[in-house]
Amino acid sequence: MRRTTPFVVALCLSATALLAQDLTEEQDRALTARQAHMGLYGFYLTPLGQMAQDRIPYDADVAAAAANNLAAMAAIDQSAFWVEGTDSSLERSRARAEIWTDPDGYLEVKQGMADATEALALVAGDGLDALKAAFGPVGQSCSACHQPYRAPAN
Amino acid sequence: MPRWPWIVGVLVVGTGAGWFATKPTPLPASALEGITGDAERGAITFAAAGCASCHNAPDGPLDVLAGGKSFASDFGTFIAPNISSDPVHGVGGWTDLELASAIMRGVSPDGAHYYPAFPYTSYIKADVQDIADLIAHMRTLPADTTPSQPHDLGFPFNIRASLGVWKALYLRDDWVMDAPTPELERGRVLVEALGHCAECHTPRNALGGLDRSAWMTGAPNPSGDGRIPNISPAGLTWSAQEIAEYLNSGFTPTFDSAGGTMADVIRHTSQLSDADRMAIAAYLKVLP
Repeated sequence: MRRTTPFVVALCLSATALLAQDLTEEQDRALTARQAHMGLYGFYLTPLGQMAQDRIPYDADVAAAAANNLAAMAAIDQSAFWVEGTDSSLERSRARAEIWTDPDGYLEVKQGMADATEALALVAGDGLDALKAAFGPVGQSCSACHQPYRAPAN
Repeated sequence: MPRWPWIVGVLVVGTGAGWFATKPTPLPASALEGITGDAERGAITFAAAGCASCHNAPDGPLDVLAGGKSFASDFGTFIAPNISSDPVHGVGGWTDLELASAIMRGVSPDGAHYYPAFPYTSYIKADVQDIADLIAHMRTLPADTTPSQPHDLGFPFNIRASLGVWKALYLRDDWVMDAPTPELERGRVLVEALGHCAECHTPRNALGGLDRSAWMTGAPNPSGDGRIPNISPAGLTWSAQEIAEYLNSGFTPTFDSAGGTMADVIRHTSQLSDADRMAIAAYLKVLP
């Protein structure tokens, strides 16, 4: 055991290094950045969604701050995320090739999310009913992109 | 080599007998006797059965069942037909019994087998009243004149008669799960029959029959990339409330959102009542 463990660890490390070598540094950075960006959407959606679903008490300040951040993130230019060769043919990626082959369609749903989150940010601090009403379209805007442009998990 | 003529003879006789034993069997003529469809209740059944997920036009509204979406599989590409109320290009000219036979037995009005890409394999378990309601609702939806497109299947899958054998093997109307409470009973109707969840979430054998011993434990994605997830308790640890919420809003407990085909499914489950979504969740929570 003592002898094999370092060997197995070394093997795993070199395998990982080999996988990582398949990507250029630019591809690797773009993938990491956009997945972090998606993760942050989830981070700011969580308190908003938990309030909308009556799982935590409504807090106007928390809701307004989260919704503002979400809207800011959705509004920024994201074109640098979509480096060629980083679609779901890679183990690490679930981005469908259609993002590259249908950029207009992708940009349209991306704008849909920017619009829905901006509308949410305008009212998120105005009470739970206003939050709930504006939160639904945000959810639909997530699906509008995930439906055509995200592959299922492996 | 001298054995070949014998084998051909056996094949011819066997195929003939097999064809006779496996010819299309529609619903009995009396199946809808004394049953009147309720279009309003049928709207719920329509959503629960997800008809529009496959039969609406690509990017079209959910109530225009013009067909035209294509579905890749190991057997070829299926193209959903027009099932709108148009009497020529849709199904508006069919009788209720013809429609019910198509939905619950996979048999066309002229007596041909349908491919099980159409989930009559699940709808066979539905209550006839629910299907009568569904048909009444479908008759209220708009007509569309888009002609149906033929499927694109390779040999031997393009021979519909071969489906008789497939049906004899895999078309079953018995439930997979026990349902000891009214909620589980409703959940079972929604999951096993109308919602036809197993068609994607349960793995299939080489002939395309569902593997009931691995019920809802996930499967390769028939359209290519990724896997359809395991939604038995071993794979899905969400609470019943969280499952019901996902079926309403598309958000997971950590506020990721549904994608792919499931986003389409949620366009329909979001139209169900809270009680129905909780019944689906209750069913999933008691799976082995």
